[in-house]
Amino acid sequence: MADLMTEDEQKRRKQRNLAIAGGIAAFIVLVYLVTLMRIGASVSGGG
Amino acid sequence: MTTIDLNAANADVAAPAIPTDAARPLDYFDLLKPRVMSLVIFTALVGMVWAYVAGGTLPFGLAVVSLLAISVGAGASGALNMWWDADIDAVMERTAKRPIPRGAVPKPEAAAFGLVLSALSVALLALASNYVAAGLLAFTIFFYAVIYSMWLKRSTAQNIVIGGAAGALPPVVAWAAVTGDTPWQAWALFMIIFLWTPPHFWALALRRSTDYERVGVPMMPNVEGDSATKRQIFAYSVILAVFAAAAQPFGLGGPLYLVVSVVMGAQFVRLAYRLLRAPEGDAKTAMRLFGFSILYLFGLFAALLAEGLFLLAI
Repeated sequence: MADLMTEDEQKRRKQRNLAIAGGIAAFIVLVYLVTLMRIGASVSGGG
Repeated sequence: MTTIDLNAANADVAAPAIPTDAARPLDYFDLLKPRVMSLVIFTALVGMVWAYVAGGTLPFGLAVVSLLAISVGAGASGALNMWWDADIDAVMERTAKRPIPRGAVPKPEAAAFGLVLSALSVALLALASNYVAAGLLAFTIFFYAVIYSMWLKRSTAQNIVIGGAAGALPPVVAWAAVTGDTPWQAWALFMIIFLWTPPHFWALALRRSTDYERVGVPMMPNVEGDSATKRQIFAYSVILAVFAAAAQPFGLGGPLYLVVSVVMGAQFVRLAYRLLRAPEGDAKTAMRLFGFSILYLFGLFAALLAEGLFLLAI
């Protein structure tokens, strides 16, 4: 299937894949950071 | 008028000129309506700042993540709107260059993109702040994508009046994210944007009425005519200006906000009156009001932001 794609199409697909990977990684990092911040807030707030 | 045949436009969308694999990441970003997102971020930020003034205790880092979630949620509803309206977007001059009609992004991918981002943004907001804010964000997305885009937009000339609620909710969502509740000041911010939406969009619609007529969207000028639209613009402008200024003595904003709301409100009403008296087809006066309406909303919220930050700093 990839043979049917032009060089430009392959390049753009790669860009999209990288963007998706970046988005997923960013979301994971965000959830991790939010969890840490919530734990921190609970500890400092005595909750 | 609403029974206009859009099959030709649908055919264009179904068979994009550019193959699927030509889409760039930026095309997907365009689906989020970045300009609308920037307005959402701005108004939500004001809601957040005043929620802190009112005693909110959400840690700063979580507020930043909440603001991100609200803006992504708004963008997601924009993607769903573009997915649903791809047929008419392809026909209208103003929207023909959007990612779906220009063939850059296939319709199903836009829908999937919007749905995934909607779910993630609501989940992230629930995690970062609370369920009240997350529920309000979910309702905002639903209201814009389903109630406005799928139902009201093509069925009533009051489409943007009722649909304007979706665009007015972000400061309420943001306020709820910080405090967990929605006091009247949050709803006052909602009302300002809600009352601002009709004169803002109808001023543009007066100039773009042929565009809307071509695709069968019942905008006020096409259905009621220019004169009736101008009368309604004037009425909404007066109510908006009075409401925005009258909210200050009851606790919304400080002296700077009062001055800005009175001065800019008077100018808003003046331009709306000039439009009311303008001859039919005078697009320049309509666009002048349209341009000023953007400045007006920015002015009000910038004044609120400045005063809110000042109160937090002292």
